[in-house]
Amino acid sequence: MSAVQETVTDAPAIDAVPKRAMTLGAGTSIAVLLILLVVPLFVKNFVVFQLTTVLIYGIAVLALNILTGGSGQFSLGQSAFYALGAYISAILIEHAGMNYALTLPISGIVCFAFGFLFGLPALRLSGIYLALATFALATAMPQFLKLGALEYWTGGVQGLVVTKPDAPFGLPVSQDVWLYYFTLAISIAIYVASINLLRSRSGRAMMAIRDNEIAASAMGINISLYKTLAFGVSAGITGVAGGLGAIAVQFVAPDSYTIQLAIALFLGMVVGGVGWLPGSIVGAAFIVFVPNIAESVSKGLSGAVFGVLLFVVIFLVPHGARQVALVSQHLVGKLKRS
Amino acid sequence: MELLSNQILAGIATGAIYACMALAVVMIYQAVDHLNFAQGEMAMFSTFMAWQMMQWGIPYWAAFVLTLILSFAGGIIIERLLFKPLAKAPILTNVAGFIALFAIVNSVAGLIWDFTIKQFPTPFGSAPFLGSQLISTHQAGMIGVTLLLLAFLFFFFRFTRIGLAMRAAATLPESARLVGINTSWMIALGWGMASGIGAIAGMLIAPVVFLEPNMMGGVLIYGFAAAVLGGLSSPLGAVLGGFLVGVFENLVGTYIPGAGNELKLPIALALIVIVLVVKPSGLFGHTVIKRV
Repeated sequence: MSAVQETVTDAPAIDAVPKRAMTLGAGTSIAVLLILLVVPLFVKNFVVFQLTTVLIYGIAVLALNILTGGSGQFSLGQSAFYALGAYISAILIEHAGMNYALTLPISGIVCFAFGFLFGLPALRLSGIYLALATFALATAMPQFLKLGALEYWTGGVQGLVVTKPDAPFGLPVSQDVWLYYFTLAISIAIYVASINLLRSRSGRAMMAIRDNEIAASAMGINISLYKTLAFGVSAGITGVAGGLGAIAVQFVAPDSYTIQLAIALFLGMVVGGVGWLPGSIVGAAFIVFVPNIAESVSKGLSGAVFGVLLFVVIFLVPHGARQVALVSQHLVGKLKRS
Repeated sequence: MELLSNQILAGIATGAIYACMALAVVMIYQAVDHLNFAQGEMAMFSTFMAWQMMQWGIPYWAAFVLTLILSFAGGIIIERLLFKPLAKAPILTNVAGFIALFAIVNSVAGLIWDFTIKQFPTPFGSAPFLGSQLISTHQAGMIGVTLLLLAFLFFFFRFTRIGLAMRAAATLPESARLVGINTSWMIALGWGMASGIGAIAGMLIAPVVFLEPNMMGGVLIYGFAAAVLGGLSSPLGAVLGGFLVGVFENLVGTYIPGAGNELKLPIALALIVIVLVVKPSGLFGHTVIKRV
């Protein structure tokens, strides 16, 4: 009996997250949204830029969350999709003179196709092996971008400089603030779309695959289709984030998109809580701000401080921000009752 | 033809490095079912300890043995302090823990010994081996030590009580507990052994790649690739995988036009991915059978 039971309960890579627990309540959502809307009016331009970076990484972490939290697949190759999206946007803006906003959907679609195709061989791999395959993709990407044959388009090792867009319609806001609101609008759109995706038939199919692949296929779910689809969607969203990143940083270069970016995004997902979409922004804030904090604590030991902080987080809350949210929800509930 | 055989020989020489690392990777995978991303950094730290002891005037082999003991203890301490509490946490949280450990070890080593490149002595000398220019006595010694380690591990896991207990604890923890194996300590022991093997690998690699805090970055990637290629459940596979990756990499660099040094790594990795797609459990691993 034990052997049979073992295989059934053999835990998937992540804990099952009930669908309802993947989102925030309406009240909390509006509160968070209001904070995000108001904050840039009161801080310096540099902080606004950092907040924009948080939003962009938030989108990328969300994309990974859909892949890992939604369909149970693991990827260390998100930086490759991010790089692809960034380069497509940068090339379209600089070489084709396209409007920056119009380049984003193109980045998304190309990355979707790329991710979908990459998902095909990845179908046969799982767990550690999938991690290695995606890892290979991430290490290969910067090298491809440096290739001499593509240098006319990509600018080789030097990279490309992207012009920063001005606020349209003569709005009296600085470039940074405008870019922040532009990014915020896109983030919200992607967030809402992702939640709807996970609530749809496709989302339920992905989650069924995550929880038990064999049972899911017995229920008639097309495993390969939904697994590759999850890869495609995740890559597409990451591509949009990459495009936004290129516009915000005004610069793309192969070495900005190394495996370290993929690891950072992965850490963001763990800190935010795997499978909890609102946690993505918390995780993104962690990977943007904590290295800075670590640097300010000690220059020579910044890596160690970062590691220790990360350990503190995973010791106190192994399920990331999701756990914090659940606990505080309980507390609020108790207060209301008493 | 001579170019080919020379390149294969050189590939085997570099492959020995990867084989060493892959062996440590497989070791810990057997014990805890995770790939330890900090493995390379732990090995680097051990190597620095050996170097420090030699700076203090301790002879090579004494330093070697001392480092081995310290690394073994260090591995156990890290497991007890940091990863035992995480045993029940999701796998991805554990992976984040490995990354944190990586950052800490790397940064601390950088602070203590700074980032300048250091020479590390070799016990085997660096004369050409049997008159061949491509492989030095050190590299030959490295291959010898790797094979010795492999034989040791083979006997340890197959014929000793404790080795069998470790395997049991890793494959079926619940049943292992039922027959009276202390599975928690088996994991700690696995960490200790992996750390020790990592230390050996580090001390053998250091004369070739030179000693500095980032020396393991590239080696670990190849080590992982080798371990996965050979099959994570098989130490023999890991060693053969290491040699294969080394040869692969050299042949790609020599024969594929335009590959050069820059595309060597991506192409080698891509080939490995292709192998995995065809044979998902690695060349020598057993397939894990899933039952419903």
